[in-house]
Amino acid sequence: MSKTITIDPVTRIEGHSKITIQLDDQGRVADARFHVTQFRGFEKMTEGRPFYEMPSLTARICGICPVSHLMASAKAGDALLAVQIPETAANLRRIMNLAQIIQSHALSFFHLSSPDFVMGFDADPVERNIFGVMKKHPDLAKDGIALRKFGQSIIELLGGKRIHPAWVVPGGVSSPLTQEDHNTILALVPDALERIQRTLAWYKDIFGNFDPEIRSFANFPTLFMGLVDANGELSLYDGKLRIVDAVGNIVADQLDPARYMDFIGEAVEPDSYLKSPYYKPMGYPDGIYRVGPLARMNIISRCGTRLADQEWAEFRMLQRGAVLSSFQYHYARLIEILYCTERIEQILNDPDILSHHVRAHAQPNAFEGIGTSEAPRGTLMHHYKIDENGLITWVNLIIATGHNNLAMNKGVLQVARQFIRSGKIEEPMLNRVEAVIRTFDPCLSCSTHAMGQLALDVRLIGPDGELVDSVRRG
Amino acid sequence: MRRSRIITFKINGQDIAAREDETILELARQHDIHIPTLCYLEGVSAFGGCRLCMVEIKGSNRLFPACMTYPDESMEITTNSERLKAYRKQTVELLFSERNHICAVCVSNGSCELQAQAYDLGLTHVQVPYINPNLPVDASHAYFGLDHNRCILCTRCVRVCDEVEGAHTWDVMGRGAEARIVADLNQPWGDSLSCTSCGKCVQVCPTGALFEKGTSVAEMRKKHEFLPYLRLMREGRDGGEE
Repeated sequence: MSKTITIDPVTRIEGHSKITIQLDDQGRVADARFHVTQFRGFEKMTEGRPFYEMPSLTARICGICPVSHLMASAKAGDALLAVQIPETAANLRRIMNLAQIIQSHALSFFHLSSPDFVMGFDADPVERNIFGVMKKHPDLAKDGIALRKFGQSIIELLGGKRIHPAWVVPGGVSSPLTQEDHNTILALVPDALERIQRTLAWYKDIFGNFDPEIRSFANFPTLFMGLVDANGELSLYDGKLRIVDAVGNIVADQLDPARYMDFIGEAVEPDSYLKSPYYKPMGYPDGIYRVGPLARMNIISRCGTRLADQEWAEFRMLQRGAVLSSFQYHYARLIEILYCTERIEQILNDPDILSHHVRAHAQPNAFEGIGTSEAPRGTLMHHYKIDENGLITWVNLIIATGHNNLAMNKGVLQVARQFIRSGKIEEPMLNRVEAVIRTFDPCLSCSTHAMGQLALDVRLIGPDGELVDSVRRG
Repeated sequence: MRRSRIITFKINGQDIAAREDETILELARQHDIHIPTLCYLEGVSAFGGCRLCMVEIKGSNRLFPACMTYPDESMEITTNSERLKAYRKQTVELLFSERNHICAVCVSNGSCELQAQAYDLGLTHVQVPYINPNLPVDASHAYFGLDHNRCILCTRCVRVCDEVEGAHTWDVMGRGAEARIVADLNQPWGDSLSCTSCGKCVQVCPTGALFEKGTSVAEMRKKHEFLPYLRLMREGRDGGEE
């Protein structure tokens, strides 16, 4: 008799989702799917608003990555104004974006995922959380909290507040950096560097303990996509798209993200509010690709900062070609925190960083604008159309989590096949199914354009709809 | 200057001697007695529309708008009773429920008079249902925009345009909750023939309803101060009448 296991909601991720696992008559996994169950509707809600408000409106999509939306939205606004923003403004935006990636990666790695590494995937769920980490490995927990604070403090110093700062605007930023804040941020860098290097050393020490997970956590060939600069170096605020295949060959390079419609298609599945984008030349579903830290580490020719490049070289030794296991998103995330910290220091040492020329003023000069940047989870695109008065008529948001949708689905199936054997619900198995989703650090609130109740409701349902077994934790 | 009688009366128990041709609101302000207002604007005529400046006068159960009421000899006025506070809070609450006031994403966030009144009156929740009307933004003017979602119908824009600029571009159409600020004969602001694009209406608007185009969230700062100075200068130019 076939059965369905439902994990609803998935825990320790950002947003609402559920997982269903179909079992066949022998109790083996037949299929598994990841459903995003929340609906946001920002694309509709913002119609009729002046485009100048879009950065702050779309920032409200998320409390964790508001800055990422500010970046993509303000860049779309720059495109509508058709202006070249002052270089200092671009650099200040870069610093805020780097700080955002640091704080979000720290949240993902330390607060959400490190309990699995410290306590083990089979540990009691009561212990398997950030409080458990604090007890068992307090230094690690402290490093995580300090790194997140490092990122958030920079955002606050630049934008006036940590969450939803209104400082990034079409045409640049609304106020320059002061000498005092400049010194404050620079002084924070050495401590952050020490903490992230310590964490990297620890991670490299322990990830060998998780071979079964590394082998089965969305470990399969896909394409990888992300932004690179003209030299192929890691680029998080702007740049052009590069796509690399599973053996590490560059499939396409220096693609203009503003022409995304030419090479990215979006498929819609009936059971999820999250669209499934794919690389058009390879069709659906073969055009499956991944974005985010792992993808970025796979596509770049180098990071472009000294310490991060050393770590990156070591990372690329894991596998010939591209690193395929999504488990190593965690590793990539740590290297990116290191890179971002180094980059912030580099940019702060730019002689023009304190310039007061941080905003270009113009009337709207184009009726359509696209802004692209790298969010912590991957490539983020905001696409707006306006009328002649500057009011929004049409919006499309392509969110990083959406790009990873196909890979997450496939990953859930892979890990379910590996760990579910008896057809009975067992907690460690469920945790692994959730953990594969967690490696992608999806932001579902963003991707569907609510807040998560941290409970887990799992049901085994027979083909006739009869409840066979259920587990509830919360 | 017209001669007027000096009278004595009390505000909140405080003895006050003043000319009888000044309103309770003006006199209270001269004596640093706080009475909240939204529609009142120094430099244009009073309107008595927002009802925030209501005060109690001993001997009457009615409430009186301080901006429209003149004191009488021996009058005893109360400006801050619990009853008045409750009414004021309710009035602001109803303003919030009538249109779509979303402070967090408003151009005037942090420098809005409606928001400031809500803070002052301790308005933490809106208890009545929101109407959530579907209202447009008029962005047809080259420099300015009008967002009806944030309008509280204080008519400061109407009065400043009529009395100071002399254009009378703005007026009010409809009644009650259906009332709307309209340009000329209810046409897009950008098509108005009477508008001189002086921007006075934008500067006196207490909320983010009238704004300079190109301002992002929390960037709009209104400059009200120009108005009393402008009046003063014009009075001097016209030969110091009144």
